[in-house]
Amino acid sequence: MALASRNIRKYPGFFSMTLLCMVLLYAPLAVVAAYSFNDSLSITRWGGFSFRWYLDVFFGLEADKFRDAAWNSLSIAFLAATASTIIATAASIGMVRGGEFRAKPASFALISLPLMVPEIVTAVATLIFFSAIGFVRGYATILVAHIVFCIPFAYLPIEARLRGIEGTFEEAAQDLYASRGQAFRFVLLPLMAPGIVAGYLLAFIISLDDFIITNFVKGAGIETLPTAIFGAVKQGIKPNILALSTLMLLISIGFVTISYFVSRKGVKPGGHGAPETT
Amino acid sequence: MAGIGGKSGESASSAFAPIRAWLIAPTWLMIGFFLVVPVGTMLVYSFLTKEFRGGVIWEFSLAAYDRFIFDRGLFGDEPPKLELTYITIFARSIVQAAIATALCLIIGFPTAFYIATRPVSTRAIWLFLVTVPYWVNLLVRTVSMKFLVRESGPLNTFLQWTGVISEPLQIINTDFAVQLGLFYSYLPFMVLPIYASVERYDFALSEAAADLYAGKWTILRKVLLPTVKPGIIAGCILVFVPSLGAFLAPDLLGGAKNFMIGSLIEEQFKGNAGNWPFGAAASMILLSMVLIVLLFYARRQSVRAGA
Amino acid sequence: MESSKENLAVELQGVFKKYGDFVALKKIDLEIKDNEFFTLLGPSGCGKTTLLRVIAGFEEISEGTILLKGERIGDLPPNKRPINTVFQHYALFPHMTVEANVAFGMKMLGMSKAEVADRSRKMLEMVKLGDFAGRRPNQLSGGQQQRVALARAMAPGPQVLLLDEPLSALDLKLRHAMRVELKQLQMETGITFVFVTHDQEEALTMSDRIGVMDHGILQQVGTPHEIYEKPVNRFVADFIGETNIFDATISHVGDANCVCVLRNGSSVGCEAGSNPQVGAKCHLSIRPEGLEMSRANDEPRSLGGRVEQVVYLGTDTQYLIRIPSGELVTVRCQNTIADGVNYSTGDEVALKPRDGAARLLVD
Repeated sequence: MALASRNIRKYPGFFSMTLLCMVLLYAPLAVVAAYSFNDSLSITRWGGFSFRWYLDVFFGLEADKFRDAAWNSLSIAFLAATASTIIATAASIGMVRGGEFRAKPASFALISLPLMVPEIVTAVATLIFFSAIGFVRGYATILVAHIVFCIPFAYLPIEARLRGIEGTFEEAAQDLYASRGQAFRFVLLPLMAPGIVAGYLLAFIISLDDFIITNFVKGAGIETLPTAIFGAVKQGIKPNILALSTLMLLISIGFVTISYFVSRKGVKPGGHGAPETT
Repeated sequence: MAGIGGKSGESASSAFAPIRAWLIAPTWLMIGFFLVVPVGTMLVYSFLTKEFRGGVIWEFSLAAYDRFIFDRGLFGDEPPKLELTYITIFARSIVQAAIATALCLIIGFPTAFYIATRPVSTRAIWLFLVTVPYWVNLLVRTVSMKFLVRESGPLNTFLQWTGVISEPLQIINTDFAVQLGLFYSYLPFMVLPIYASVERYDFALSEAAADLYAGKWTILRKVLLPTVKPGIIAGCILVFVPSLGAFLAPDLLGGAKNFMIGSLIEEQFKGNAGNWPFGAAASMILLSMVLIVLLFYARRQSVRAGA
Repeated sequence: MESSKENLAVELQGVFKKYGDFVALKKIDLEIKDNEFFTLLGPSGCGKTTLLRVIAGFEEISEGTILLKGERIGDLPPNKRPINTVFQHYALFPHMTVEANVAFGMKMLGMSKAEVADRSRKMLEMVKLGDFAGRRPNQLSGGQQQRVALARAMAPGPQVLLLDEPLSALDLKLRHAMRVELKQLQMETGITFVFVTHDQEEALTMSDRIGVMDHGILQQVGTPHEIYEKPVNRFVADFIGETNIFDATISHVGDANCVCVLRNGSSVGCEAGSNPQVGAKCHLSIRPEGLEMSRANDEPRSLGGRVEQVVYLGTDTQYLIRIPSGELVTVRCQNTIADGVNYSTGDEVALKPRDGAARLLVD
């Protein structure tokens, strides 16, 4: 018997499954990325390598549409992520450093509500609500809806980070003559920073990613990148869509890489298995 | 009694107690006003009368819910017949979501297990590889899948080129395509919680079982699986719940025959052809189903915590 | 005790601390002198850390008065008290350099930049970490982190330095080395140290005075010698060092001494505690090294027993003796070359307390 079969952590076939999993995850993206460089009008035949569809995205017939959609997507993601991160940071401090209070479980349930309600239900409810109060659908309605459902995504990493920061740091700061405000500014906030950055990036990506809610609340005459792509794909996949998709893929990968390094770089606060002492 | 007080850092945990209401209030307001109130409004709308050009007439009606079960003819005056269309769509959604969950589990569990048993240094890289696609725009991913598996797409071209098949496989616009799409959308949700629980698993338990004459697969079944079950259940719920109400995968990959709840709801709000009360009612039913699953899960959790 | 209040650093009068129904500190009256190395010693959960946190200002007291150099500080928040703390796990700010950590308190006090830089450097040199100013805390060893924590807490020049089990996270060897250094540092700087520990050896070797705590009550305050040799009650006798506790009855009371009768009838003389009554039940504490051992004789009144276990400890040998009442008595004898007597398991031996070794305990 080979040694591997005696290793309790190794099961035959698990590695193959992992490889299969990776292939399934990456094959579609890789194929789309490869075909985005296809110098052919047809998406089926390979006609040689070229950047023509990227040029088409930026300067072609639909360039204006895509540029407007990209501007809407990015500006909404920026604003929604900023607002939801600020709201979530405040909430996490209240929840983690606010002691025990009766409304705490209810508050937590409320924060995670956007995660529990199916996206399409949120979309329908928001659409009906804005229509019921007679609010004209457009940029503002998209932004508000995005802020709301980005809150839990920003909240979770920030809260996790804050929970990991031992209270002794703030006590030490106060012991060293810092006022509450100074202890927050010079000690707690810098220690929370990696969580805040991670929460911001996550919220940004989630907002950029959203299709369903945006599609419901956007109203006529305004598109974001996902709704624009969806509209185009409905007419059939064209090569410029492949190029646009690849660009979005690159943006996403850029973001994950940043957040990966941010979360690794963050100094580990405390983390002692503090023995019971009094 | 040491836990009662006097521990270092204790006072910091309530340092912001005096202003906590101000800190949490924005969250309460935003989510309360723009999600809880809208869901309430939606509930109200589901009991209103449909307006023919989209929107509602403020008149109480059970028509939206009635329509799920009964067919009363075009003008609503014929004797009620049992209507299976919508029940079928809901049932199909449940089945599709369940199959997608099973697919995720079959591929996700070995993957999560494999990653969790890597040396710490390479684990992060594997996890990174699993999570990257999740960060990629869902629409882009679904479109990519559609591009890959369509009739004259790269997959069929490749398989025909290698001679495995002579005629292109019909994948697009089938149930399987939808399952594949859902699988592709939510796979990381399955891998991550299972990974977390296998990583915490103490392999000394496996060694103890091996020492007591258990074979490898017996150990997996009787020791490891029961221990990491919470992670598996969490993963299943995280995949099942969003799959149930998914819109993009069924819409782009499934075509008209493979309607799921998401598409049904979407259709009710599109242009003038829709039926808002009916769409609101369908959303309420979907929401209730999801909440039932989550409540069931939460109860399980609290029973476990109490035990 | 001299009553001049001028040389008191910290004074606690009738301090209570309650958490709901739980009383963490019960009527603490304590005077800590200036320039003193004072240790709060007690088991886990006895309230010693709570007491430290009360002095630091992290916990509000429920009742009583706290004075620092004669001034009430009970209502001041931690940042208004000229008292600094060395935390158990140091709580060094991980996002700041070593130098920035040391400078933090002085900056908050509004010292000038030049002064802060100068003093930070001096403090780091004092703890022999002059070359580490630019490092992050997580790049330092446990012992080095400990020194940074000390430098940081002493840099603002506090009137009292509180140390919360600062050595507990270090390994044994380093712990012993740090004891000496801490004591030297305290003597050089003249700052009053209030040191919390559950390690009696640490307390005995470093302190000028020790306060032994249990169940939120200050059981005894005294010099290490007093605490060890003259424990006032059973808890202190038991907690500090090893001891044998005997049930006894007071049979005779003299001016300064009294005689107690053990259960087997042998009588032992000891110093009279407060107001002993003839016939009263009491406890006697006799340290293992306070018992003399000899071959069994026929003297009927002597305490005797059979050797049940012999443990060689290097400089000493420890014997466990089973006495007729069924209890085990620990005896420790020095292994001197001259004293060649050796006992082995099963030997019948007689025990006799050395003069002054027995201590009458009030429970």
